[in-house]
Amino acid sequence: MKIVVLVKQVPDSGAERNLRADDNSVDRASANNVINEMDEYAIEEALRLQEAHGGEVTVLTMGPDRATESIRKALSMGPDGAVHVLDDALPGTDYLGTSRVLAAAIGTLSPDLVICGAEATDARGQVMAHMLAERLGFAALTGARKLTVEGAQLTVERQTEEGYEVVTAATPAVVSVWDTINEPRYPSFKGIMAAKKKPVDTKSLADLGVSADQVGWGGSATTVLSHSKRPARSAGVKVTDSGEGGVALVDYLSSEKFV
Amino acid sequence: MTTAVLPLDLLDLDALLTDEEREIRAVVRRLVDDKVRPHVAGWYEHGHAPVRELARDFGAQGLLGMHLTGYGCAGTSAVAYGLACLELEAADSGVRSLVSVQGSLAMFAIWRYGSEEQKQRWLPGMAKGELIGCFGLTEPDHGSDPAGMATRARRDGSDWVLDGGKMWITNAPVADVAVIWARTDDGVRGFAVPTDTPGFTAREITGKLSLRASATGEIVLDGVRLPDEARLPGAEGLRAPLSCLTEARYGIVWGALGAARDCLHTALDYAVHRTQFGKPIAAFQLTQAKLADMALELQKGWLLALHLGRTADRGALRPEMVSAGKLNNVREAIAIARQCRTILGANGVSGEYPVLRHANNLESVLTYEGTSEIHQLVLGQRLTGIAAFG
Repeated sequence: MKIVVLVKQVPDSGAERNLRADDNSVDRASANNVINEMDEYAIEEALRLQEAHGGEVTVLTMGPDRATESIRKALSMGPDGAVHVLDDALPGTDYLGTSRVLAAAIGTLSPDLVICGAEATDARGQVMAHMLAERLGFAALTGARKLTVEGAQLTVERQTEEGYEVVTAATPAVVSVWDTINEPRYPSFKGIMAAKKKPVDTKSLADLGVSADQVGWGGSATTVLSHSKRPARSAGVKVTDSGEGGVALVDYLSSEKFV
Repeated sequence: MTTAVLPLDLLDLDALLTDEEREIRAVVRRLVDDKVRPHVAGWYEHGHAPVRELARDFGAQGLLGMHLTGYGCAGTSAVAYGLACLELEAADSGVRSLVSVQGSLAMFAIWRYGSEEQKQRWLPGMAKGELIGCFGLTEPDHGSDPAGMATRARRDGSDWVLDGGKMWITNAPVADVAVIWARTDDGVRGFAVPTDTPGFTAREITGKLSLRASATGEIVLDGVRLPDEARLPGAEGLRAPLSCLTEARYGIVWGALGAARDCLHTALDYAVHRTQFGKPIAAFQLTQAKLADMALELQKGWLLALHLGRTADRGALRPEMVSAGKLNNVREAIAIARQCRTILGANGVSGEYPVLRHANNLESVLTYEGTSEIHQLVLGQRLTGIAAFG
């Protein structure tokens, strides 16, 4: 089974993150950039499938030069190689443009399965799996908490707010996963040392047959017009309990639509 | 108030490491945070650590024999191995001892001096942590002077028969294989002894007030009969076990800094939050002087360790260099641990804080793998050309 795992480099969600004043994009230059957490679960799932069914796992990343660090970290967990889409025209690309580029890159790899995190911690769009499936003509199995593969048949437990749905499809498919699906492994020392010797194939837009005017600021269908800082946290409401505290609490929760 | 900087970040020493070394360190730190830190105070208090379970977790990661090559070992640099020792000992010296003895004493002895059959038989399982090894050199009456060992191996037909006893042997109570050094008519020889061989017993030493999260044993060898295939064919004379000790001692040069770092982090945090006379004790000049001096020694020790590591990776490390590293870094680490204890005041003696546990552990570290006094003699011999041993 040939599996492509999407890996995105994002600013560390544990630290303060900012948007840039000039173009409203995520400030990546000053941030501590790490692998999107959910993508580690996608890598783990791909490696488990490879261990059970054989085949090949390729990491696919679109991002600037420094995304190489995240690619090496991903490879240290065990995938066989990576494709890095790197092009000066890419900054500013929105979801639609990104899905166009990634779909073109996936097309050159002809995988049976594409696995990605259900969302990235920077933009949290949760749309990439759907867009890619649409562009590639693959089945979309999104938000998985469990994935079973039997031959070309995929069964997914799809996490919902109430519980889960069981959905099935045949390969090729795009599966997006939540962090309930597995426990990602630590990279072993052998893995860390082997990672720098693994092939990373760098592709430009021209290599993928995508024209520069379909991506970047100019090629994006959406534009962020402005942004503002989250308002500072306001002081809470203090309830003094003189026998009526419970009622006051429920009134408050009800007014805030928590209950 | 300016932003506080951690002691090892003062001089930006991390810039001296490669990405790969930092990644390996990050993995060990995470593993220690997950598997050791939440439990280690309890292990210490109860005088018992789950050695087999830890060995499997460490083995799965590639920690055991990580600096050796082949036979399932990761083959990392000496610097990466040192960084791993530092992170392990930042949790507890006993846990680092488990890894040192497995990788640098038992596995190294077999890897360096064993036959191909012995390597195939023992090393892959030991690297995975499925088999545990120990190293028997020290005896009840022969510590700093192993040349006087009483344990003997005599030929009986094609077999060997071992009689004697070994003392203070880390991992012995749980070991599957013991590398035992014994005197023969031709000088000291080493044997890879399966611990289920009749006549081999290992009793756990209890009542220790140091390294309580480590299994330490006394080995009795009573007519232990072994085929010649159990003898390590490459090991001739005392130089062989001493070379193993140099390996393990190198890990201690780094490891001791971990214990010191943990004490210093604890003391810094405590000093900032503990108020006396209406202000944090960190605001007193005496406290700041202590903190500054400790941070200096920690960083000097780290630079020394890194120098030894880079020298080892060039293949140019000499035993007396490791003696210098162990002498300095353990001596400074125990001084830091004791000084940190004073900053914590009465709380410093509580098991709620790791400081006195580290200080007590370092008492053993100061003595094992060559006492500070022996390392002074090694350096003295190099400086004067005169051996002052005995």
